[in-house]
Amino acid sequence: MRLTIVDGLIIGLYVLAVIAIGVVLRRRTKTSEDFFLSGRSIPAWVAGLAFMSANMGAQEVVGMAASGAKYGLATSHFYWVGAIPAMVFLGLFMMPLYYGSQARSVPEYLKLRFDEKTRALNAATFAFMTIISSGISMYAMGLLLNLLLGWPFELSIWLWAGVVLVYVFMGGLTSSIYNEVLQFFLIVFGFAPVVILGLVDIGGWAGLVANLAEVSQQRGYAADAFTTVWRHSGSAASNPLGVGWFSITMGLGFVLSFGYWCTDFLLVQRAMAAHSLSAARQAPIIAAIPKLLFPALVILPGMIAIGLTHRTGGLSFPLKPDGSLNYDLAMPMMLARYLPTGLLGLGITALMASFMSGMAGNVTAFNAVWTYDLYQAHIKPNATDGHYLQVGRIATVVGVLLSIAAAYIAAKFNNIMDLLQLVFAFVNAPLFATFLLGMFWKRATGHGAFAGLLSGTIAAALHHGLTIAQHAVPGVKGGWLLIIHTYPSEMAQDFSTAIVAWTTCFVMTVLVSLATTPRPKEQLRGLVYSLTKREHEGVATWYLNPTLLAPLVLGCALVLNLLFW
Amino acid sequence: MGLDLRIPIGVLFTALALVLIVYGLVSDPAIYARSLGFNVNLGWGCILLVFGVAMLAASWRKPEK
Repeated sequence: MRLTIVDGLIIGLYVLAVIAIGVVLRRRTKTSEDFFLSGRSIPAWVAGLAFMSANMGAQEVVGMAASGAKYGLATSHFYWVGAIPAMVFLGLFMMPLYYGSQARSVPEYLKLRFDEKTRALNAATFAFMTIISSGISMYAMGLLLNLLLGWPFELSIWLWAGVVLVYVFMGGLTSSIYNEVLQFFLIVFGFAPVVILGLVDIGGWAGLVANLAEVSQQRGYAADAFTTVWRHSGSAASNPLGVGWFSITMGLGFVLSFGYWCTDFLLVQRAMAAHSLSAARQAPIIAAIPKLLFPALVILPGMIAIGLTHRTGGLSFPLKPDGSLNYDLAMPMMLARYLPTGLLGLGITALMASFMSGMAGNVTAFNAVWTYDLYQAHIKPNATDGHYLQVGRIATVVGVLLSIAAAYIAAKFNNIMDLLQLVFAFVNAPLFATFLLGMFWKRATGHGAFAGLLSGTIAAALHHGLTIAQHAVPGVKGGWLLIIHTYPSEMAQDFSTAIVAWTTCFVMTVLVSLATTPRPKEQLRGLVYSLTKREHEGVATWYLNPTLLAPLVLGCALVLNLLFW
Repeated sequence: MGLDLRIPIGVLFTALALVLIVYGLVSDPAIYARSLGFNVNLGWGCILLVFGVAMLAASWRKPEK
């Protein structure tokens, strides 16, 4: 693929806008709260769109199209049973506690609710995870730009990391949030033409279904296995995901998704930056609206791509060196196939924007957790606000450098999605049990939470070490201790790891809590749901009222599940 | 934070739209073979322009509190 001056001009305009936002915001970033929490001044719609975009790094845009090509429409489970219910739950029940407690980060909420050691454990693992995610995102970008445009891997990594550094360094979280919203619109406008042209080309939905029926049967599944979400989930072997309905609802829908969407500070930080409690509650629910429709933008192109390869005169899917299909190239290949010079520039800009926001989101979450939860808590408490602002800026530089190092490490693993799921399963899966008990059971104690988290993570690692997926080689894919069980697919194994981790954490937290002294009720006000007064603050616009919006969003998710059953 | 986000969004998308529209008008029709014969630069550029101008108009008519 070759870019012309017009495409370059479009990419250049975007980079200019990004830097300009940073420059304007620099003058308005005076305190550490401005830098880490946008001075709690962001309107609901901006926080909501940023909430949604912050997770759209490599795993979303490239990974979801790859999964669409690999697994078909069932990939939508990540949205319609995964993300949506969790986002609605966060907005309705958890934001009042996160926002109302005035915690500045998710680990800080743990400190307020439980104790210092629980916060330290969570902060340290979270900081590590953000760097890993950011590195993966960067690696994917470097690889992609190299394959597509022939840009040297090192050059793209250092160049784009540099741009992210500049705007986050200047404007902190606000800069990152503003650019995430910009990225949201770029993705919509950059990818929509590909989906429209692809659908027209393949003969609409009916044409796609017909083409994918061949693909599906060739791989030994029922004809409609690639174009339905639930119909073949009765047994793991009969659907391309290789996961049954129980694992999908419990593993992905409950444990992994709630663990990610409700407790990941990278996301919650966006809602915490909102200007009021009602805006903070609206943000995740507003984010769920475009999230409902995003499978059409990110999964559908992958499905069209694989469908086209099975049509005469269609498309030849790029191969990996070992001869297997290189699914990660589904989205870029579709851009190259349908977009002429001009719009191609817009499509590439959308890709780059998603990589950059993925990185920026991680860096802003990292610098806040590092500064508030590790540096201020353990290294230097009671310093001036200006000092912490300075530390935050330095942490931004260090975070970017560490991400670059992680990118080089990530080059060793190939399937981005599976690796991310694995990391989330170890660290995030037990976490949601801790928050659930912490927020809704006043008897839960700090010792209980700590023991639960630790044992949950260990249980996850053990389960992973003792089981393996079919055809996988023992090692990073599991089975590194002893193989006592074999799963039909890696995804099935990951979902089970999550269920085991969550259950262990839940049980351990309850047991240890019952054996230790609870905190007096007075100290838990604003931190536990039953002890927190529900404030009925007026919502400016009635249609944004969470109690109206939430059932509406859930209803839409249900309809989509039924429609594509 | 004092900066109305609709302004940078509006400016960027209006600028991108103008680039696409101008290029759509002067470009060789042969390049549209891959987009199934549609002059997508011109068409999509117009949609972007509507979006960009709408964002600017919204921020101008009803400034953020």
